[in-house]
Amino acid sequence: MTASITVSVNGQARELAPGSSLLDLLTGLELDPRTVVVELNREIVRRPALESTSVRDGDTIELVHFVGGG
Amino acid sequence: MTGGGTADALVIGGKTFRSRLMVGTGKYTDNETMVRALDASGAEVVTVAVRRVDLDRANETGILHHLDTDRYFLLANTAGCYTADEAIRYARLAREAGFNEFIKLEVIGDQETLLPDVAGLIEASTVLAREGFQVMAYTNEDLITALRLEDAGCAAIMPLASPIGSGLGLVNPYSIRTIKRRVQTPVIVDAGVGTASDACVTMEQGVDGILMNTALAAAKDPVAMATAMRYAVDAGRLAYLAGRMPTREIAVPSSPTSGMLE
Repeated sequence: MTASITVSVNGQARELAPGSSLLDLLTGLELDPRTVVVELNREIVRRPALESTSVRDGDTIELVHFVGGG
Repeated sequence: MTGGGTADALVIGGKTFRSRLMVGTGKYTDNETMVRALDASGAEVVTVAVRRVDLDRANETGILHHLDTDRYFLLANTAGCYTADEAIRYARLAREAGFNEFIKLEVIGDQETLLPDVAGLIEASTVLAREGFQVMAYTNEDLITALRLEDAGCAAIMPLASPIGSGLGLVNPYSIRTIKRRVQTPVIVDAGVGTASDACVTMEQGVDGILMNTALAAAKDPVAMATAMRYAVDAGRLAYLAGRMPTREIAVPSSPTSGMLE
């Protein structure tokens, strides 16, 4: 078993512990899951599923939220 | 009070809104000014954009820290999207944020003018309306596009007054009136309004509302301009409902012509 996996988060490579969930990722980044929408490999993962969804080596994750706009 | 009062309600996608002025939240110099300008505008609908969380400064870019979501109706946009697929992706992400089914759909066709790609817009509108979105489509002032967007199931047609951020005002009142006359769907003029007189003239065409951002954010005093816009939108709406007098080329005296001294 490898010591860590590498995923892309908002275009940046991040090392995570194997078996990490998306919720673990958000917690590690100090992000409130209520204000962030998560896309895993182009598929939206709804909030209730964040804890039960594991990330795998090579996954591409996008974390988005609302910003000022017109 | 807004426009013609409570009997003159604005209904979009089955939801009643209390103000005909909708405002953006971008480009303000600071969030405190934005919050005060929003308050002064009297707007209920405020637009927001969907962007990546800045992982290095996670708590600074999010707008929700600054908006009272009990007071304001968040209208997410797909600004910055250049294809139908991209706009659909952003719309789905925005809906997942969990506030509502409304989306201000932008599919931009050209970087310099930010004019819409109407083919992509109609395509994305069709897909999103089928998915249950209340699509408010940012479009140009072309009647045929507006009719196609209505056929696609859009909840509102949002023709531009002039290009986004230009402040050029209403350049084609005839086309806006034509769209308003021909579609049943609410018409909200979006983009290009620069100052209060622009907003008033736009509302006098009979449209259902106006969405603006830069006119407030780029004013020297955004809070004062927001107040001006609030009055201008109400004044324009009331003037439209009142029905203006006919214009004529020669003077007609307002005072009696009889009873003059010998």
